[in-house]
Amino acid sequence: MGIEIKMPALSPTMEEGTLAKWLVKEGDEVRSGDILAEIETDKATMEFEAVDEGTIGKIVVPEGTEGVKVGTVIAEMAGEDGESAETAPKAEESAPPARPEAAPDAPKKAESGTAKLATQAKATIADPDLPQGTEYLKTTVREALRDAMAEEMRADERVFVMGEEVAEYQGAYKVTQGLLEEFGDKRVIDTPITEYGFAGIGAGAAMGGLKPIVEFMTFNFAMQAIDHIINSAAKTNYMSGGQMRCPIVFRGPNGAASRVGAQHSQNYGPWYASVPGLIVIAPYDAADAKGLLKAAIRSDDPVVFLENELVYGRSFDVPKVDDYVLPIGKARIVREGKDVTLVSYSIGVGVALEAAEALAGEGIEAEVVDLRTLRPLDTATVLESLKKTNRLVVVEEGWPTCSIASEIAAVVMEQGFDDLDAPVLRVTNEDVPLPYAANLEKAALIDAGRVVQAVRKVCYKS
Amino acid sequence: MAKPTTPRPSRAKPKPAIPAGADHNRPRPDAPVDYKASKEELLEFYRQMVLIRRFEEKAGQLYGLGFIGGFCHLYIGQEAVAVGIQSALEPGKDSVITGYRDHGHMLAYGIDPKLIMAELTGREAGISKGKGGSMHMFSVDHKFYGGHGIVGAQVSLGAGLGFAHKYRGDGGVCVAYFGDGAANQGQVYESFNMAELWKLPIIFVIENNQYAMGTSVNRSSAEDQLYRRGESFRIPGLQVNGMDVLAVRGATEEALKWVKDGNGPILLEMKTYRYRGHSMSDPAKYRSREEVQEVREKSDPIEGAKKHLEAAGISEEELKKIDQDIRKIVSDAADFAESSPEPDLDELYTDVLVEQY
Repeated sequence: MGIEIKMPALSPTMEEGTLAKWLVKEGDEVRSGDILAEIETDKATMEFEAVDEGTIGKIVVPEGTEGVKVGTVIAEMAGEDGESAETAPKAEESAPPARPEAAPDAPKKAESGTAKLATQAKATIADPDLPQGTEYLKTTVREALRDAMAEEMRADERVFVMGEEVAEYQGAYKVTQGLLEEFGDKRVIDTPITEYGFAGIGAGAAMGGLKPIVEFMTFNFAMQAIDHIINSAAKTNYMSGGQMRCPIVFRGPNGAASRVGAQHSQNYGPWYASVPGLIVIAPYDAADAKGLLKAAIRSDDPVVFLENELVYGRSFDVPKVDDYVLPIGKARIVREGKDVTLVSYSIGVGVALEAAEALAGEGIEAEVVDLRTLRPLDTATVLESLKKTNRLVVVEEGWPTCSIASEIAAVVMEQGFDDLDAPVLRVTNEDVPLPYAANLEKAALIDAGRVVQAVRKVCYKS
Repeated sequence: MAKPTTPRPSRAKPKPAIPAGADHNRPRPDAPVDYKASKEELLEFYRQMVLIRRFEEKAGQLYGLGFIGGFCHLYIGQEAVAVGIQSALEPGKDSVITGYRDHGHMLAYGIDPKLIMAELTGREAGISKGKGGSMHMFSVDHKFYGGHGIVGAQVSLGAGLGFAHKYRGDGGVCVAYFGDGAANQGQVYESFNMAELWKLPIIFVIENNQYAMGTSVNRSSAEDQLYRRGESFRIPGLQVNGMDVLAVRGATEEALKWVKDGNGPILLEMKTYRYRGHSMSDPAKYRSREEVQEVREKSDPIEGAKKHLEAAGISEEELKKIDQDIRKIVSDAADFAESSPEPDLDELYTDVLVEQY
């Protein structure tokens, strides 16, 4: 029996990639460890090594093919007995990688629970402040963040970026790609793995008059540095009677990633949003990521800027304007509706939008509010929407207890009680550390289905 | 107990200061020599040290009377450290940062005693508008960056100030003070590593007053010769008699030379002693009265400076005049701090953020 060579997953979040180059041809003998091909993920170009020994029988996916899903058969190899795998059914090139190839009793590829967070949902309403006829560029969130930093670094000598692997490695998640080349190692600085220390150095540099951008590889590691974020950065202006500022941006990915377990999967939005003296921003799409990061860098206040690894590679329309800066502290209605308000932020917005689409099929028109900034919270936009819909569900990829959802529920009760026709419901992750096992992870995370259920409930339709 | 351990080398040729077990092949700063102060400088050192002592004594009294609340950490006994170091700095260019025992450093930087005392009493006229208190005072104008309440945080923040000096190329040096207690914090070593790696212009000053609150250095530090704490990061260290203002100033000159020559950071261990408890609420039962008394009698920095002044021909009369002036300054500061109004209630909500969103 021959061996099928399948498109490998080369990172926790990789769903597809480009088969950039074959380094073997049909008929070549390969030994274990030989490099078969170069595969481009959204983060890097990786070499793909042979595991089994044998002869390359047929190359199924030619080089240069983009969007090859993980698990697709890309080549067949004759085993040591020389029998080719030609008899096996082949994946249709254009078709999505259905996996009938696998024998029915073979273990199926474990799908991360985060797959259901990764919707393709986008806002249905353009930024109303942009003039008619504005051109848009398809941009990934990753590129939008990089562009924001590069533009602000060009404009202001005081801005620099520091963190683990931000310079020579081009960013652990490739967000700082190209910055070292343009700005040099004075302004793009690799640090040792010492979050507490470099967060303090960043905060001190900000007190000394610079404008640092401190990247945490993920916000999970910022726990080591949280003392400087809160005690040093957030409180200084107040404690000094307004004399000593700390204009710094702490940024990096936040929230659940794919199958990385409890210590690498947590949403810190509610933690930081509870601290007076901080600005907390958590954008969903690329345009907001760009416009709000630029605003964050310009701000004279310390900003915690929460990104999401699962959306880094997703493309959105970003307006092609010279200096796209968005206001901090303003929520955005990303879909209009009259029957229920869905409030969310960061990756939860995609889930809310997907749910809204499904609900539209049931005749329920959901309005989706993307908070964008978690502190200060734009309660006016939320309350305004509630006035119209009289029902509200908060969608949050994070724990339920003391969450942004709890805060919204409290605000709505205090200030919008008379507008409520049903109790506010919270759709959040389960109240457990995020498990590793694929099925448990899936059970722990929010999805559009749960949002739909909650909406039916507040509409008394379940 | 304070032991003057600084070597007194011959003046002819300074020798590099090499601690036992150190790598001899690396360049090292020269062993420092006591500063040769002019009569005027000596008088100024004396004046500043007496100001700090009288100010702190008054703060202690006001605490007892209930005018000052919360934590209040007095600098009495350690005056020579701040005065000796800061006299060597260039105002408006070099920066200073310290922990919560910060009144002395502010006075040594020429900040108005009234503003400091009014902050201690929590008044509108205080340097932080009464919103910071004893541990959280700042003067960006004087490049005095606090006043930080979390033990050891000022070391990383100080490295950041050093980073900013280097980034701007302004020629400034940061002095980051911390205690023997903070010297055991992990972030101190994270900062040492980066400061040396990036050759930041910073002088790390350990004010070793022998007790981290109630725990003596020997009970908390595996390596109690704290000046060696930078060695594994290639940061040279000097141990200095922190009870002698001229020794402190001399070591600071050497440290500044080392840093300004582009060698990166240096560590000064100032052997000193605090006469009072850790804070006002500390009965200091962890040491004997005799121990404190002995330091006061043998090593007091003000008495030491007085001897130098007498040797320089300054009369008792002149010193008395200085003492009287200072008592007036301190009592004026106290009157001001007691009589100034508390902050307006509206101040509760100001300065949380700089901008409006």
